[in-house]
This record gives sequence, structure tokens and C-alpha cells, in this order.
Amino acid sequence: MDIKAYIVLSLTLFTIGIIGVLVRRNAIVIFMCVELMLNAVNLLLVAFSKMHAISNTAKLSPTFASDAQIFVFFIMVVAAAEVSVGLAIIVMMYRNVHTVDVNFLNRLKN
Amino acid sequence: MNNILQLVWLIPLLPLVGFVINGLGRKSLSKNLSGIIGSAVVLASFVLSTLVFMQVKSGTTASLQYFNFLELSKLKVAFDFKIDQLSSLFLLIITGVGFLIHVYSTAYMHDEDGKDFAKYFAYLNLFVFSMLLLVMGGNYLIMFIGWEGVGLCSYLLIGYWFRNTDYTDAAKKAFVMNRIGDLGFLLALFWLIAKVGTLQFDEVFSSASLAKLSIKDITGITLLMFVGATGKSAQIPLYTWLPDAMAGPTPVSALIHAATMVTAGIYMIARSNALFSLAPLTQTVITVIGLATALLAASIAIKQNDIKKVLAYSTVSQLGFMFLALGTGNYVAAIFHVMTHAFFKALMFLGSGSVIHAMGGEQDIRKMGGLHKHMKITSITFFIGCLAISGIPGFSGFFSKDEILSGVFSHNVVLYSLALFAALLTAFYMFRLYIVTFTGSFRGTHDQEHHLHESPKAMTIPLIILAVLSIVGGYVGVPEALGGHHELALYLTPVVKSAEHHLTHGTEYTLMVVSTFLVLISILFSWLKFRNYKIEADAKGFGKILQNKWYVDDIYQLLIVRPLQNVAGFLNKIVESKIIDGAVNGVGKLINYGSRQMRWLQSGQVGAYVLLMVIGMLILFFIQLFL
Repeated sequence: MDIKAYIVLSLTLFTIGIIGVLVRRNAIVIFMCVELMLNAVNLLLVAFSKMHAISNTAKLSPTFASDAQIFVFFIMVVAAAEVSVGLAIIVMMYRNVHTVDVNFLNRLKN
Repeated sequence: MNNILQLVWLIPLLPLVGFVINGLGRKSLSKNLSGIIGSAVVLASFVLSTLVFMQVKSGTTASLQYFNFLELSKLKVAFDFKIDQLSSLFLLIITGVGFLIHVYSTAYMHDEDGKDFAKYFAYLNLFVFSMLLLVMGGNYLIMFIGWEGVGLCSYLLIGYWFRNTDYTDAAKKAFVMNRIGDLGFLLALFWLIAKVGTLQFDEVFSSASLAKLSIKDITGITLLMFVGATGKSAQIPLYTWLPDAMAGPTPVSALIHAATMVTAGIYMIARSNALFSLAPLTQTVITVIGLATALLAASIAIKQNDIKKVLAYSTVSQLGFMFLALGTGNYVAAIFHVMTHAFFKALMFLGSGSVIHAMGGEQDIRKMGGLHKHMKITSITFFIGCLAISGIPGFSGFFSKDEILSGVFSHNVVLYSLALFAALLTAFYMFRLYIVTFTGSFRGTHDQEHHLHESPKAMTIPLIILAVLSIVGGYVGVPEALGGHHELALYLTPVVKSAEHHLTHGTEYTLMVVSTFLVLISILFSWLKFRNYKIEADAKGFGKILQNKWYVDDIYQLLIVRPLQNVAGFLNKIVESKIIDGAVNGVGKLINYGSRQMRWLQSGQVGAYVLLMVIGMLILFFIQLFL
């Protein structure tokens, strides 16, 4: 498949993520949008990796084609860890102020 | 005795030590102690000066070099003293009269607080130190240090009662006027350095360096030096500070503003006579200024009613006489008059101090009168001073004034008659002062009359000594026409060229008889006019002009002080507060305003931060892709 289709898809996903972060106020939705952006980048990484694997330069090194795919797995692991921390923060926030609206906590003091 | 000249450094050092002790210990020393210290150091200097004078009189002079004071690439100035006939004579006058005035001050200033009393003696000692440095200095730079030092002490002592604003204003006036003159002197020194490369008296006056100077250089240098002398010695146009300087304590007026400091200009010109003799133009200027000052000040003195103001204008007038003598090349006569004037003017100032003391601070002669009955010693000594300054034969002023006048006569008859007129005015206003103050009936309040008393011994003894000196002081300079040898002229010959007299003895006799006769008429006229003195209404017409001192102060105020104040006010109000402050405050305000606007960026809204971040990244993206 043409690489352009992947690029368009991940750009679309990334833009949806950014707009979601900008316009929504619910912390959980923002969190989901951040994940969306992360996965858009992951998708692009894998797509480029596949594109390089079928090109001639892949013959230079045996691990060349699989590097990026392994990398993506690592990112997913780290993202999972990050999600657990982020959700914990949101839970704590809800316990304290009984809301998950990010604009509610706009002051450093008090 | 032979090595007494090796000890001359002690002469100025002792008053300096007195200054340090009195100045630092002013809070802990008792009044008696600070008075004794202040007087004793000057007495010790006087004793040393006498020994030095004896030594110099026997023919030994010395140039003593102590250390390098200033060393620049080509210019080397040593800290050296020059002890010769001229400086040793001034040493005697300064320490002798100075000591008497210190003793007098212990009684006169007795009502001051202990702290202020010691401060007074500290300043007085510092003054004596500076004055000694001025006359002992072996080069112009050391002289200049003393020159500035006496100006400073004069400022400090005029403003001694500094809680009175008028007095501090008078002090400032004296200081500023002196500074104007000092600038002239300083420029003359720079000119000398540029042309001759040295400031040492012996080297400057040597024929080798005089040859390096063109007539224009000499005229310029001497004119600038004379500007310095007009400031310090109160000549036209810088004389107005001296009458105002009477704000200081009376002994200060006697020491600084009559006997010593104001003669510094005359000393300087007499010291530089080798230069001045080569500049006929400068000599003419000095003659004219001296004569004009003598006449102007004498005319003002006629109408003044403050006892000290009369004496102050008299001092200005007498200094004018001295400059007249200097201008006509009669240096010996000028120095002679400095000496006799130091005696009788110090005597009269101290006498006026005694009167003011008895009157409880009153200085207006219209409120005095008949004081002879109450204070005989003061009255008699003051009378002797009047006789001396008027030039009655037998008294010191006669010999010195006659010498000046005959010198002027051999120069120019018109100048002579004007100078003689000034001398007649002197006799007139001096006897007006004496008659109004000491004879007739008392015109003050009853309380004051009850309080009248003769001053204590510490004040009358200096008066008596000075009165004796005012009589005998003239006999060192008896002219040959009267069968004398003029010892002073002989003594000063190595330093100062004496004037060549072209007058026959017969002419001199005639001049003496004429001037004596006219002076006696002037005194008689004064007596007839003032013996039944009544407080007169304010003068009208010409008298009013004289009473207002020819409006010179007002003219200066209008032409110089006001415009300067306006410029200063403009700089203060417009340039300083609007332009400079405006720029500085403007920067501050701009930053303040800018920060207040920037503050809105930090809203605390997470969304806003993210939006900005995205916009920033998009901009970078665009730059990367399309630019």
C-alpha cells in the first residue's frame, strides 16, 4: 500500500488528538486524546519502518527492518505505565475537588 | 644658635599639632586647657620665629628641602621652605599678632560652649599653620597649599556661628569670591610650568628662566597672579566678601581679615617682584585698581554705622594703598605698610571687639557714645590706632603711608593727589568712628549703660601691646629725609628691589608737611561735624549711595548672581526633573506597563498554554518547510 495513505491517516489521528486536547475540558477525554496522538506517531513509525524494510538499504544490516517495530512495543509499555500514573492523578483530583474539569484548577496558590 | 634654621619646620608644625589636639579633643578638653594649648603653640612658634629672624638678620638665609612633594614626568616639585628676609618678617608678624589675638580670644570667646570653644581654637591654629605654610613655602605650589588653606579657614571661621543663615551665606560668599581669584592664580602657575617648567622661586626668578619668557608671557602670568591677589586681598572687583566676612567673631576679623590673610596677595606679589618689575602693563593695572579700591572703600566707610563694617572698609582701603605701592614698584613701602597696618588694624579690631563685648553684642555705633568714661584702656588704645592709621607724625602709619605717597608722587602727581584724598577720607571716617563711639553721651538702652565695663586683662593687655607697636612700629623705616636709615629697606634689600627715589629731601619735607596739615584739617572737620552727634535720619542723595555701598552688591546680585540662579533653576526644574528624571522614570514605567500586559499570558488555563505551544510548533513547522 502507498505510504501516503498511512501518513494521511496518522496526521488525521494526530490532528483529532490536538483538537481534542484544545477544546475539551474533561481531564479523562484530554487524556484519551493524548493517547490518540501517541498512537498516531506509533502508527507512522511502523509505517516508515515497513517502507524501509522493502527498500535496498535494508540489506546493509539484518536488524534494520525490525528496529522501529521493537521500538513501538517499548513505547506502548511506557504509555501503559504513564496511563496508570495519569489516571491515578485524575482520581486524586476528583477526590479532592469532585470534578475532572481541568480549568477548575487554574491557580498555583490556594 | 647656628642651626636654628634647621628647626624652622617646627614653626608651622606646632600650630598644626595644636589644631589636631584641639580638634580631636574638643569634647574632652576643658576651656582653659584648649585656650592654653591653642595660644601656647603659637607662642612657641613666635619664639622660634624670633630666633630665626635674628639669624636671618645676621645674614644667613636658607632654602630647606624636605622631600619630593610631586613628581611628574618633567615637573618635580619639592616640599621646600625658603627662609629669607621677606618670609622671616612675615613669620614675625603672623605669629606675633597671632599670639596676641589667641590670648585675646580666650577672654572674648568665653561665653561659648566648651566644644565650640575648642573648635574655634582648632580653626585658628589651622589658620596660623596655613598662613605660615604660605609665607615659608619655597615654591609656588607650597604657597598655593597655604593659600587654599587660609581660604578654607577663613570660610570656617566666618561661618563659625553657623546656625545663623546670614553668617553662613557670608562665609560662602567669601569662599566663592576667593575661589574665583584662586583660579587666576592656578592658571598663572600652569602657565609658568608650561613655559619655565619649574615653580621653585629661585629657579623661576633666575635670569635663565626669565629669558625663556616673552613679555606677553610675563604680562599674562602677572595679570593672572594679580587676579588671585584681588580675590585674597579684597580688591576691586572681588572685594565685596571682606565687609560681609565681619560675620565671624571679632578676633577672627582682626587676625584673618585685617592682619594676615588679606595681606597674602601683597606677600605673593612682593615675592614675585622679579616678574612684576618686568611687566609695566600689569603694574599700571595694579596701580589703578589699588587706587580705585582705596578711594571707593574709603568713601563707603564714611557712611557705615556698623563699627566692624567701618573697619572692614578701612581695611579694603588700606589694602588698596598697599597695591598702589606695589603698582608703583615701591615693594618695600607695601611690606612696611603691611606690617604697620597689621599692628594698628588688629589693634582697632580688637578694640571694637572690646566695645562689642561691653555692649553685649551691639555693633551699631548710633547706639553707642561716651564709652570713654567706662572703658579707658580700650578708648585710649583705639585712639592711638586712629592716630596711626590717619598718619599723624610720630605714629607708625605716618612713616609707611608717607613712603607710599612719596613713591606715588615721584610717579605721577594726579595719582598722588587722589591717593592723598583717600588718606584724608581715612582720617575723616576713622575719627568719625572714634568720636561717635567714645565721646559724647550714651545713646543705648539703660540696661546696656548699666552693663558697660572695661574688658578683662586677657583682652586689654594685647590691646596695650599692639598700641605700643602701633607707635614704635614705624621707627624701623624712618626715611633718610628725617635723618633715619630706613632699616627695613636695608634689611629687605637682598629680596626686594627698593624703589629708586628721585625726590630731593626738600620735596619730601614739603609732601610730609602738606599731608600732615591736610590730615589735621580733616580730623578737625570730623570733630566739628560729629562732636554733637545725634542719630540722623537715613541719608539722602549722594549719602544714600554711599550708605548702600555704591550699590555694588546689588549690581553683582543683578548681573551675576540672579542670572546664575536662573540658569541653575532652569537646569533643576526643566533639565533635571523633566528630561533626566523623565528618561529614567520612563524606562521604569515602560517596563512596568509591558510586564502588566505580559502577565495575561500566564493565565493558569492549561488549554491556553497548550494552544500557544501548538501555535509555536506550527510556526516552527512553517519556517522549516517553506522558508
